[in-house]
Amino acid sequence: MISVFFQYDFLKYALYTGLMVGFLAPFLGVFLVVRRLSLIADALSHITLSGIAFSLLLGRYYGFFAGLNPIYMGAAFSVGGALMIERLRTVYVYYKELAIPIILSAGIGIGVVFISLANGFNNDLFNYLFGSVVAVTKSDFHLIIGITIVVTLLLVLFYKELFFLSFDEDQAVISGIPRRFLHVLFIIMVALVIAASMRVVGILLVSSLMTLPVAAAMRLARGFKQMFVYAVVFGELSVIVGLISAFHLDLAPGGTIVIINVIILLVVVLLTRKRV
Amino acid sequence: MSNIIEIKDLSFAYHGRNVLEDIDLSIEAGSFLGLVGPNGSGKSTLIKCLLGLVTPERGEVRLFGERLSRFHKWEDIGFVSQKANSFNSGFPATVFEVVSMGLYGKVGLFRFLTKKHKEKVREAIRQVEMEAFMHENIGQLSGGQQQRVFIARALVSEPKLLILDEPTVGVDAKSVKRFYTMLKDLNRNKGITLVLVTHDIGAMTEYVTDVACLNKHLHFHGDTKEYEEQEDDMMSRMYGHDVQIITHNHEHHDDHAHDGGHSS
Ligand SMILES: Nc1ncnc2c1ncn2[C@@H]1O[C@H](COP(=O)(O)OP(=O)(O)O)[C@@H](O)[C@H]1O
Ligand SMILES: [Mg+2]
Repeated sequence: MISVFFQYDFLKYALYTGLMVGFLAPFLGVFLVVRRLSLIADALSHITLSGIAFSLLLGRYYGFFAGLNPIYMGAAFSVGGALMIERLRTVYVYYKELAIPIILSAGIGIGVVFISLANGFNNDLFNYLFGSVVAVTKSDFHLIIGITIVVTLLLVLFYKELFFLSFDEDQAVISGIPRRFLHVLFIIMVALVIAASMRVVGILLVSSLMTLPVAAAMRLARGFKQMFVYAVVFGELSVIVGLISAFHLDLAPGGTIVIINVIILLVVVLLTRKRV
Repeated sequence: MSNIIEIKDLSFAYHGRNVLEDIDLSIEAGSFLGLVGPNGSGKSTLIKCLLGLVTPERGEVRLFGERLSRFHKWEDIGFVSQKANSFNSGFPATVFEVVSMGLYGKVGLFRFLTKKHKEKVREAIRQVEMEAFMHENIGQLSGGQQQRVFIARALVSEPKLLILDEPTVGVDAKSVKRFYTMLKDLNRNKGITLVLVTHDIGAMTEYVTDVACLNKHLHFHGDTKEYEEQEDDMMSRMYGHDVQIITHNHEHHDDHAHDGGHSS
């Protein structure tokens, strides 16, 4: 079944991209979930949507943007939104989570305006919303390789600092860990991974690839390192099975990937029912 | 002896409300200080000032003779915050992983733990007698066990100064005694200077060498003997006359309970 993915170049791109995303999204998701920030992924994916819509809109009027991969504008918006969330979290010190719905609604609001200006839905947009097996281009593939390398490197380099900050922020700061810098760096990584994942999973379902495998991993893992192992295994499994079934059944892969994730989660929850 | 901590004329306010006023306090190397005071008296805030987690309105803090702003050797200080016992207990981290964090500052950015570091982690875990739980998730342990893990995390970088903010909240009386004995041992035999923050005055006097009483102002600072001579006076000054009797009775009950346990 999977062999068909190697017969056509465009399917190969989808598969490789999916494998990278299946690794990155759950990996970062572990940090998001343990810091109780999983909703940030939703906020950022919606702001990515407005970036994509903006790029598609500009593409109607300016040749330059028609040629530019909308992912770039999406990533730029996402990073901008990420920085805004960090800023807002220092404004609402006692209600840090408020930053998330603010950015989330801004993202949808702006996105919807751009979409209407561009005269409504088109096929492109549908692909961005729910993912696509056939729409992943070579240019997407290259960009996502870049993001994967950079983010993986940063995660390895700052693993222990991010772990410490997630577990006990005060203590981490006392031992000299640069909190602000790492918060900003981390949220930018999340923004980049969301932009990267969106091609395969779709904007509306990106956050589930960051949280569902982690939710399942949490039931099984002993210790933090194991969380990554389980989360990435579940993430990859869902992407591979999801992409194959999406192709053969002619469905949007965002949907199939999420459904596989839900199934994994249910199985894990049932199997670990007796544990606390 | 030299002073490990020097606080001069320190005042601190939250949103314009003074929480600490005119604090002068020096802590000698090798001492075991019990910092006591009722709830909300500013103990945790004073510790936060010491560690540079908050900035005081006025005054100066010196650690190991160095001005706080210029102090860098944070690995010489172990700290177990009051929040340590209200951490997210579902957090998936093993005892080993939690204790490892104590070395992260020392190891530094872009570096990883070596075999030697890992041996130190195991050593610290043995020191608090938690080796049987090395690879258990921290959330699955009892309050007292978790507390020991956090002490191990503070000890693993071999600090010269160890600060504990209400470490025995939620720990049963028997474990508290054992815990204090362990601290006394660290102080006497390893020469670690200790600051123990608590609102439970009765239990700790037989372990500490010095006592400081805080309630916005520093009401008393001296060795344990001096403190015991002035204890009643101190209570009324710190807690005020109205609550004195209730508080004192409460303390007495605790005292007896502990004395009883000790002599039998
Ligand atoms: N983050 C904060 N913001 C505002 N007020 C605070 C904050 N933390 C503590 N306080 C207030 O400062 C006072 C001292 O608190 P604290 O230092 O925690 O006392 P203790 O540790 O002795 O119980 C209390 O009245 C408390 O309500
Ligand atoms: Mg306190």
